[in-house]
Amino acid sequence: MNGKLLAALSALCLMSSTSYGADTVKIGLITTLSGPGGVMGRNHRDGANLALEQLGGKIGNLKGEIIYADDEQKPDVGRQAAEQMVKQDKVDFVTGVIFSNVLLALYRPVIDSGAIMVGASGGPHEVAGEMCSPNFFSASWQNDQAPEAMGKYMTDQKIQSVFLMAPNFAAGRDMLAGFKRYYKGKIVAELYTNLNQPDYQAELSQIRFAKPKAVFVFYPGGLGIQFIKQYAQAGLQKDFPLYSVYTQNETTLPAIGAAANGNFETGFWSPDLKNPANVAFVKAFRAKYGYMPADYAASSYDAVNLIDSAVKAVNGDLSDKKGMIAAIKQAKIHSVRGDLKFNNNHFPIENFYLFKIVKAADGSYIRKEESVVLANHGDSYASKCPMK
Amino acid sequence: MNINIFFLLEQLLNGVQFGVMLFLISAGLTLVFGIMNLINLAHGVLYMLGAYICASVIQASGSFLVGVAAAIVGSLAAGIVIELVTFRPLYRRTHLDQVLVTFGLTLFFNELVRIIWGPTALYAAVPAALSGQIDILPGAPYPTYRLVIIGTGILAAVFLYALVSYTRIGMLIRAGASNRVMVEALGVNIKLLYTFIFGLGAALAALAGALAGPILAIESGMGNGMLILALVVIVIGGIGSIRGAFIASILVGTVDTLGRTMLRPLFATFLSQATADQAGPAIASMLIYLLMAFILFFRPQGLFPPRIR
Repeated sequence: MNGKLLAALSALCLMSSTSYGADTVKIGLITTLSGPGGVMGRNHRDGANLALEQLGGKIGNLKGEIIYADDEQKPDVGRQAAEQMVKQDKVDFVTGVIFSNVLLALYRPVIDSGAIMVGASGGPHEVAGEMCSPNFFSASWQNDQAPEAMGKYMTDQKIQSVFLMAPNFAAGRDMLAGFKRYYKGKIVAELYTNLNQPDYQAELSQIRFAKPKAVFVFYPGGLGIQFIKQYAQAGLQKDFPLYSVYTQNETTLPAIGAAANGNFETGFWSPDLKNPANVAFVKAFRAKYGYMPADYAASSYDAVNLIDSAVKAVNGDLSDKKGMIAAIKQAKIHSVRGDLKFNNNHFPIENFYLFKIVKAADGSYIRKEESVVLANHGDSYASKCPMK
Repeated sequence: MNINIFFLLEQLLNGVQFGVMLFLISAGLTLVFGIMNLINLAHGVLYMLGAYICASVIQASGSFLVGVAAAIVGSLAAGIVIELVTFRPLYRRTHLDQVLVTFGLTLFFNELVRIIWGPTALYAAVPAALSGQIDILPGAPYPTYRLVIIGTGILAAVFLYALVSYTRIGMLIRAGASNRVMVEALGVNIKLLYTFIFGLGAALAALAGALAGPILAIESGMGNGMLILALVVIVIGGIGSIRGAFIASILVGTVDTLGRTMLRPLFATFLSQATADQAGPAIASMLIYLLMAFILFFRPQGLFPPRIR
């Protein structure tokens, strides 16, 4: 009797869970919402929300739901959040993740659970190369790509020597590796600082005494605000022009303002890109949230649209993972970056632009598009990925 | 890397600047620990509150000085309330109870500032008049604001020295550090004295927080890292000694800064560049703890322990 009851109950549970799973698409968004990285996580959240709202709250004709988690920029916290999402919340997709070290920590648990992940920021070389998986896509970039563009640009400009600085973690090392791959001049020094080091005065003194022709850095989000303010306070700006990736963008420019005027940054996207999808996106984003979106909002917006395209392609059959993966690979969305294709390792092939920090008509500082440095640029690790 | 004397001098200056910040935080901690015999893990909270209040008031009033003043007054008030409400019952309890309560306070306040100011970090601007550089060494302009920090820290140290050595309150503080029971037996209101000392420490930590605001990100938990360094400082300096805290702060500040900048090039002279790149930063980050172990080996009471207890 008891056994029958149990069987009936469990059958009931099974039925209710499948019926729930069939009419709601759950997307888990893990990002950094607190601390100095919080400015970037807010972009992730708002970009994803805007996409879902514009889709009428639906992902591929099913009800869409986004579950958020704050990884506090800590790999262990991110991994815990991911495990809870795939095991308890049973999300169908995972997106977000700013920091590459957090992504590396939660990558396995997510991929092994069978969920499909569409990353919206950090792209460590491990995941693009040997660790690549059919279940992982990057809607953003592989870390080396933007610094490769800057390395090429600075070589073309015949800048003879450069001082490199980045925080000592997965992405910091990727960024400088990418830069060195394309830069042909002299590297005066390559300095790694502690990831959460707040004060750079001692390193800034080193730059002045090393006398490079230019300085190239990667300090994302709040780290960048601290770094560039201190750079300007130390009076280095006029003697050592500053070049960067993921540092001087719309998350940091409101706080650093004039200190960044005239500097250069390379990247895959800026609010200044003129394609119709982007113009509409930036307008809608500013109207809704009241601030200028940065790269993270753009990639998060694209990620949710990619997920939507996948669920549409399989007519809402969330068990058809193969079909959804094939659909994302097609990249049939109007990406705000313009042309988007996926490489064999599921990382994007996209343009990398040179941006100049200028003062806009309304007095704020923006990244103005100057030129395309690397067109339809794939990453350097795709050949190490066994997927075809 | 070419190391010349001016480079060394500038790094020393950077170390001193870091050191005076540490001193402002450690001064209160060492007094509270030394005189009240209370382990206060919540001291970093007062530094954080100082930074937050200062940044908010600067935004509202537009004046840096008003911001700093508000930070000091605000944290002083918070410190006195904390002392009256949570510490008074704690003085007679064991150190373990004190650690638990003050650690709980840290969690409470870190969460409170998230609720009030939000989870994302705040940033304050350097006042325009101090945003330039001054040529103190030939060819090495130094940020004016950091010189102001050094000056303020040294002024605070002089003020504390004068207060402790030449005033009646200072005499009571010294007496309290030597023998609490006797001071109370002589009719001094020791509770009032404790509240005063705690408020003084809170105000100094808030001053450090307010000064750090324009350089660093103001965020929940920003005091935690500083508290650990401050504990190292007071252990090296000798618990309860203002003089010890000052000297240990400057020592820790310069050793940390020089370690960060010099170890890598130094190792590169006799190791391969790759090994030096690995070993330099790794050893630099533990250098001050090595320093602490080294000093405690020879002087277990720290450099300047107060006489008798």
